[in-house]
Amino acid sequence: MIPVHYYLILSAVMFTTGVVGVLSRRNAIIIFMCIELMLNSVNLTFVAFSSYLGNEAGQMFVFFVMAVAAAEAAVGLAIVIALFRNKQTVNINEVNILKW
Amino acid sequence: MTSELIVFIVLAAVAVLSGILMITRTNPVNSALYLILNFISLAGIYLTLHAQFVAIIQILVYAGAIMVLVLFVIMLLNLQDEVKLSEELTRRHYASLLFALLVLAMLIETIGWMGGDTLNRMQQQSPLAVTNGTVERIGDVLFTSYVFPFELTSILLLAAMLGAVVIAKKRFP
Repeated sequence: MIPVHYYLILSAVMFTTGVVGVLSRRNAIIIFMCIELMLNSVNLTFVAFSSYLGNEAGQMFVFFVMAVAAAEAAVGLAIVIALFRNKQTVNINEVNILKW
Repeated sequence: MTSELIVFIVLAAVAVLSGILMITRTNPVNSALYLILNFISLAGIYLTLHAQFVAIIQILVYAGAIMVLVLFVIMLLNLQDEVKLSEELTRRHYASLLFALLVLAMLIETIGWMGGDTLNRMQQQSPLAVTNGTVERIGDVLFTSYVFPFELTSILLLAAMLGAVVIAKKRFP
């Protein structure tokens, strides 16, 4: 059998990959996809604990996380479209109206 | 080395490699395709955990709906010239790598700290895991214990739908 550590470490590595992407990339859509990657690594932790503890609450959480991720995808992509319409770019270095 | 472990290692390697390829591609379409590969291998990992419902939903909602939406937006915006901002390695990249490694060290430290008794009791999956992941069981729990959050989710999705339409509309009122 596979100990639960393996799943947790895989989840940590995937989360770190997402963090590197968010911090280093400048394309808004790629940053958005990295956030999806981080949400998925958290889902993996939920499902692993759910399965090893024999409790289905973790899988319920994953269900709701996915609903929130779908909502986030719709709103986030709408923001990207509005951004592109106004500035003709999705490079976040050029989007600094709210930066002080 | 059992067959379960081999399946897990192959799926985990695909997931990690496609994640790394995802953040290093300069073309957003390639990134999105690698992310889909990552989601599919993650669905396989959910199957090794006996979470069938979550695995199917992962493919349908993530690899299907959300990533098609992302690809659609990438194609719609025609980001061909984004390739040229393909970012030679700067100090920012090294700094972000350093901070991310700190995050990784913290997460691994947390896993090790939790170790000992808690994890030793979790050497193998609970016998309940086989029945907990089925659609029947999930539906049973979802519509009894979690029916209120489930109904709230519908309001969330409605709000997100309205918000997306209003934000992406041509003119703000």
